[in-house]
Amino acid sequence: MKILINDTLIEFHGNTLSQLLVQAGYGSSKVATAVNETFVSGVLRDLHMLNPGDRVEIVAPKQGG
Amino acid sequence: MPVFYGVEIDSRLMLGTSQYPSPAVLAEAFRRSGAGIATVSVRRESGRDQAGQNFWNLIKDLGVAVLPNTAGCHSVREAVTTAHMARELFETSWIKLEVIGHSDTLQPDPFGSIEAARILIEDGFDVFPYCTEDLVVCERLVDAGCKVLMPWGAPIGTGLGLNNIYGLRSLRAHFPEISLVIDAGLGLPSQAAQAIEMGFDAVLLNTAVAKAGDPVLMAEGFSCAVKAGALAYAADPMEPRDMAAPSTPLIGKAFL
Repeated sequence: MKILINDTLIEFHGNTLSQLLVQAGYGSSKVATAVNETFVSGVLRDLHMLNPGDRVEIVAPKQGG
Repeated sequence: MPVFYGVEIDSRLMLGTSQYPSPAVLAEAFRRSGAGIATVSVRRESGRDQAGQNFWNLIKDLGVAVLPNTAGCHSVREAVTTAHMARELFETSWIKLEVIGHSDTLQPDPFGSIEAARILIEDGFDVFPYCTEDLVVCERLVDAGCKVLMPWGAPIGTGLGLNNIYGLRSLRAHFPEISLVIDAGLGLPSQAAQAIEMGFDAVLLNTAVAKAGDPVLMAEGFSCAVKAGALAYAADPMEPRDMAAPSTPLIGKAFL
């Protein structure tokens, strides 16, 4: 199914948010996630089933003022 | 020393982590500043990029408290979701709430800020709201449960200093029990000293240090300034007066 990660469209071959992170190369990176503008905590990623067209945001720590 | 949500911080200086020439300069500027809190943010990262992890390692090595922000958010939903992601990433319930209401001036959206503060406090966050010196808005933020207010001195990144001294003095007088931090608009150490002399608990700045010709030197300048301001506030300054008054006694002056 087609999934948008940080505004980039990809073909996803799994079911859960955790599987998406692995496929997209995040592995054990320190990231936080939201799906369709709703926060999904790390402990729920295994349970969070994705649907075609879902918009996934993946963020990491960055500099800020 | 300032206390934020029950945590005493050993400095009145809070420093942003953005725009430095290099990570090494950032780290050295922090050391010389003595800042007790570093502000940070969350941003998108690609799968192969480890920049976020590297930055997080650098911040942990500084040994300071971390205050994540919701910078760049223009809606309540965006700010709330960003806050949740920041809480997980930085493992803190502190959040510097920014809901921007005007793209040119970066003035906060008072209505959105109050609504977002209510939601986040219900969700267990300790909210540090970026706001203006508007007393009514600040009252609403306090009513929502904020125990810290962060009024701007001037618009973000301008370096104009304290633009509304009267309004800021009123705020300090009106909220004696609330921790007040000047957030944004400071360009010089003298402006930071002025804020602390007025009784503000701390100042937060970023651009003034990061964009100085020598960020490390400027960081030390701000460090000295907040210490001087705190000493002056504690010393109970004299009242200004319009008329001159000689400081040298007239009695005993020679008749010439």
